[in-house]
Amino acid sequence: MAKVLVFIDNPGQALKKPSLELLTIARSLGESVAAVNGELHDDAAAALAAYGAEALYRPSAADLDDFLVGPKAAFLAAAVAAAGADVVLTENSAEGKEIAARLGIRLGAGVITDVVAVDLDGTAHKSVLAGSYTTTAKATTPVSVLTVKPNSVTPEPAVSATAPETVTVQLPADATAAAARVTARNDKPASGRPDLTEARIVIAGGRGVDGNFGPLEELADVLGAAIGASRAATDAGWIGHDAQIGQTGKTVSPQLYISAGISGAIQQKAGMQTAKVIVAVNKDAESPVFEIADFGVVGDLFQVLPQATAEIKKRRG
Amino acid sequence: MEETLKIIVLVKHVPDAQFDRHLTGEASTVDRAESILSELDEYALEAALQLIEARGGEAAGNKVIALSMGPAGAVNAVKKSLQIGATEGVHLSDEALAGSDAAATSLALAAAIRHLGADAPADLIITGMASTDGETSLVPAQLAERLGLPQVTFAASLELDGGRLTARRDGDTHADTLEADLPAVVSVTDQINDPRYPNFKGIMAAKKKTITTLSLADIGVDPAHVGKSGSWTVVETAEVRPPRTAGTIITDDGDAGIQLVEFLAAQKLL
Repeated sequence: MAKVLVFIDNPGQALKKPSLELLTIARSLGESVAAVNGELHDDAAAALAAYGAEALYRPSAADLDDFLVGPKAAFLAAAVAAAGADVVLTENSAEGKEIAARLGIRLGAGVITDVVAVDLDGTAHKSVLAGSYTTTAKATTPVSVLTVKPNSVTPEPAVSATAPETVTVQLPADATAAAARVTARNDKPASGRPDLTEARIVIAGGRGVDGNFGPLEELADVLGAAIGASRAATDAGWIGHDAQIGQTGKTVSPQLYISAGISGAIQQKAGMQTAKVIVAVNKDAESPVFEIADFGVVGDLFQVLPQATAEIKKRRG
Repeated sequence: MEETLKIIVLVKHVPDAQFDRHLTGEASTVDRAESILSELDEYALEAALQLIEARGGEAAGNKVIALSMGPAGAVNAVKKSLQIGATEGVHLSDEALAGSDAAATSLALAAAIRHLGADAPADLIITGMASTDGETSLVPAQLAERLGLPQVTFAASLELDGGRLTARRDGDTHADTLEADLPAVVSVTDQINDPRYPNFKGIMAAKKKTITTLSLADIGVDPAHVGKSGSWTVVETAEVRPPRTAGTIITDDGDAGIQLVEFLAAQKLL
């Protein structure tokens, strides 16, 4: 039976959904253990037990967050050795992928990114070329390192909770020697909305919003949606760059994607064409987005979106 | 006077994302017809050029080497880089490299970087934030690991003060300020600068610049350690995702917002 190690970086007060998803996938593949960096609060520790982690590996050093990527990969490599793990699962964030990248070199292990499902034999499923192909890939090495996209599985606690033992992992002496230092960290204000890549519903605005995301935000509030944007909107400075969806931004695959005032050129399409349902609102009937929309409205988003928001509120009484 | 800089910029020849792109052959590798210099690498090149220009440019002994690994056509990415302003070009090309995954690619590139540093080690290795074909962003981190150098990746700004590098890295929940001493491996985002275009003077000047072709033997890499045989991952199956088709398109007559909500309700999305 495979031994699967899940990396959880700074769990915070309670485990985030992507972490719960990783633990759920790990349990489906075999015996699961977790490597946890950062403070471990009681609620997070309880969730690890509820999700069936058999052991918790903790770094001997508390300063891994003061460096970029390298020392965390060194910690994980030591944790994999201590646990005798065959599979490592990390988040698919920029940092998660980079930690996986370096871990792969340290362990001589194949790394597969952007994974959406893992078979029992370790075969990973993913999309490539901006969602135009689906592929299966496998590591040919004794250990495989997989970075898994959010919303790949529904989190489910184990049938019976575990009482994981904590194992402290010694970091190699040179772990932080050649690492870039994080000299300042500025937290961004929380938007109160779901994370873009994890959201079930995404509403994205482009050139057509003309600097006013108000109608999109009001609709997002009633739908519990995240707000995204095309590159035109982020380049114009109407919204932060981290909201950008597309080739050079984020890739999202929500249940519902509402595109407002975005023409839908190929660069944009690359970031959202794996959404389950696409709705588009645009003044220009010739916009390419209408070629891929399940439901399209040729009209003014400043009329259509507020009317939709009001209608949803009315139906919900 | 500040010391001169030797910067290696990694450039990749990738299929143009403006057109349909395909996987081909037994190993499901990317079809490289209709390829161009990866758009994201232009930001890396621009960052390198700005750094050497701040120190007096080529005239003061600084240089930017554009290094590309890939089949014969990849030399075009090197040529374009020379037109934009790189000092010299290097094309790492060997049949045994075909089908290399990120691990094998980083092994070959690390060896090429060491080879190019035989006389004087590079101060900086700069890459784009990802390739626009593989899209994994693994190679810069793997290069840092293999070369034992600090990794300053996804830099949205970059400043060099003597031998110390400062960069800003924007995450979803926080923005970090990073600091590292040279030499270092850096990747830059598309937020860092506005890349220049080649001008007529640059295009003419490029004709006189040197492009060196390196084989695996030149850089001392065993062909068995790269390509399909040296890769640690294998693509087993690849299927074209069925193209999306247009659904219902309506023109707003005053109640499109309500129709939109009816559609969402019918799809059980409310």
